[in-house]
Amino acid sequence: MSVKRNKPEAPTADNRWKMVDVTMRRNGYSGHALIETLHTVQEVFGYIDDPSMRYVAEALNLPLSKVYGVATFYHLFTLKPKGKHTCVICTGTACYIKGAGELVEGVQQRYHVRPGQTTPDGQLSVVSARCLGACGLAPAAVLDGQVLANQTADGLLGKIEKVLQHES
Amino acid sequence: MNLDDLEADASEVRAAGETCEHCVRVCMAAGCQSSGAGKVLERLNEQFSGRDDVRVKSVGCMGLCSGGPLVELRSKGQPAPRLYQKVSAEDVPELAASLGGAPVQRLACSTEMPFFSRQQKIVLENSGVIDPEEIDDYIAADGYRALVTALTEMNQAEVLREIDISGLRGRGGGGYPTGLKWSTVAKMPADQKYVICNADEGDPGAFMDRAVLESDPHRVLEGMAIAAYAVGANKGYVYIRAEYPLAIDRLKTAIRQATRKKLLGSGICETQFSFDVELRLGAGAFVCGEETALMSSVEGERGQPRPRPPYPAESGLWGYPTLINNVETFANVAPIIRRGGEWFAGIGTERSKGTKVFALAGRIQNTGLIEVPMGIKLRDIIETIGGGVPEGRTFKAVQTGGPSGGCLPEQNLDLPVDYDTLRQAGSIMGSGGMIVMDDTSCMVDVARYFMDFCMTESCGKCVPCRVGTYQMHGLLDKIAKGQGTPADLALLEELCEVVQMTSLCGLGQTSPNPVLSTLRYFRHEYENKLQTGQPAADGTEGGKMTDDRK
Repeated sequence: MSVKRNKPEAPTADNRWKMVDVTMRRNGYSGHALIETLHTVQEVFGYIDDPSMRYVAEALNLPLSKVYGVATFYHLFTLKPKGKHTCVICTGTACYIKGAGELVEGVQQRYHVRPGQTTPDGQLSVVSARCLGACGLAPAAVLDGQVLANQTADGLLGKIEKVLQHES
Repeated sequence: MNLDDLEADASEVRAAGETCEHCVRVCMAAGCQSSGAGKVLERLNEQFSGRDDVRVKSVGCMGLCSGGPLVELRSKGQPAPRLYQKVSAEDVPELAASLGGAPVQRLACSTEMPFFSRQQKIVLENSGVIDPEEIDDYIAADGYRALVTALTEMNQAEVLREIDISGLRGRGGGGYPTGLKWSTVAKMPADQKYVICNADEGDPGAFMDRAVLESDPHRVLEGMAIAAYAVGANKGYVYIRAEYPLAIDRLKTAIRQATRKKLLGSGICETQFSFDVELRLGAGAFVCGEETALMSSVEGERGQPRPRPPYPAESGLWGYPTLINNVETFANVAPIIRRGGEWFAGIGTERSKGTKVFALAGRIQNTGLIEVPMGIKLRDIIETIGGGVPEGRTFKAVQTGGPSGGCLPEQNLDLPVDYDTLRQAGSIMGSGGMIVMDDTSCMVDVARYFMDFCMTESCGKCVPCRVGTYQMHGLLDKIAKGQGTPADLALLEELCEVVQMTSLCGLGQTSPNPVLSTLRYFRHEYENKLQTGQPAADGTEGGKMTDDRK
């Protein structure tokens, strides 16, 4: 196995693969760089699909099973594409005590998606977070990267609606 | 760089600060940012552009998150700074007009209230004061003085001795004596050693480490470098949650600045000592806060723990001796070296020295970040500093230590906060999350919430934790829904013991703690659920007093 390997071909001609390559090169194509590399894949493509995992496995000289194992072990990695908009609801202890459950329920009733799911039209993904560390502002949510403090179910739904309408 | 150079740098920065008549500080930590501090800062910069006598600074966490966005005005000739809370961009002209005149009463926040006056700051001394993205600001506040002193005037044994004398214990929750840990690593004969900073703050309800990293990142780097010098390491990693983008950015900036100033990198202070720091991002796994799991994750593996011994101090990262400490532990190191171990040991209690940072949240008036001396009573924290439970509700319990900790009731509020007392009372100090609950919280629900957390976060390696947490969650769910029987409760208690005794790592061993502590103090709530249970949704009679195990 110690034959000198050629660098595998990127799955597509997409320029974003270059960023993945940069991460791997910076870490000397070492197997230790697996998590860093998967972070980059998810950052540039939004999720980690099969061809990406195969490519990373080959480039880092790791078995595909290992890459799949790591990608599925960590909650932050997702193997499915995310919706156009993402709403993260914090379900940490402080938020739980102050009514995060109502936020989750409110969103579920309106859009019929539970945390971890995406609406069928691909517009909205709902994610629950273990703790955003914004406990002083509980209950908190993050809508498209913007942290929203002291939310109520109605308030949050209004903001989601606004973001969705803005797009269409 | 030696002490004189450092002092020259510092006085230059201080002198530059002196020329300003007024200094405006805006809290730009994550809490205030999400309340709109960014817009306030922007507006302040517009307002004062072109005015040489006013300096607008973005600083780290000022502590009182519930009052965010916070702005502090400090003017020459005025005895005390003025703190303003819930400031919006529209308030900026009014604040600007008040400079040098009477304060704006409408927004004023008294710095004499117990929330501020009862605190004692060591770890957070620069937090909310310096600009976390300016290394010069840190140096002006005596930053890197401890590192330079250690490198140029102390040998390794002397550094170890100071840490030992200080009585500092690990702030990540375990409370292991830091001096002992450092000495163990220092004694190991190896040509490669590592220092790791555990910034995988996974406890839901805790945000101390995030605040320290966002407000004063250099302090953590300085602590790591001193540790590396003392134990003979030349490479460090900060393992940080990917969920903290602001903290990651500020750490990256800090590492870059410190390297440029030759306070990190090779040949620090023209000595033989070299120390490089790299960041490693977590990917959302609570178990990675456990040290052996954390090391697996740094190595690019699944974050699964392994049995100890061997301890990381003997065989850690890639098999080399490794020192792992928490963010807050490292943040305490520089002041100890600067002011001496004796000084630190004079604060706190007999067996718990120094101060502790707590993240105060939940059903409490003043939420935010506080730092108090060890040994302070829980009641002082909750009622005096925190301002008590709002809206005429009554206090029920305080949760410390996250999913590994427990809930303490009213009767325990007069206990002093230290590692050993809290453990005896059935909770733990933990990393510092403190969540207050009022009479609207059902303790069975709370126990179920934490068990759900542990069940989901179990890495799956050992059976007691993987299967045990699942079964305990099922039983708690049944009881919470009013469908439980006394036999279920008995089984739950038995399982708690089994999981506690036989799990591989801390996550599993401590996962029953929330159940055990709520059973110890709020057993009646469990029993009420058994007796007065509502009929279950499937039509069976819930809460029937039968023992179906017979």
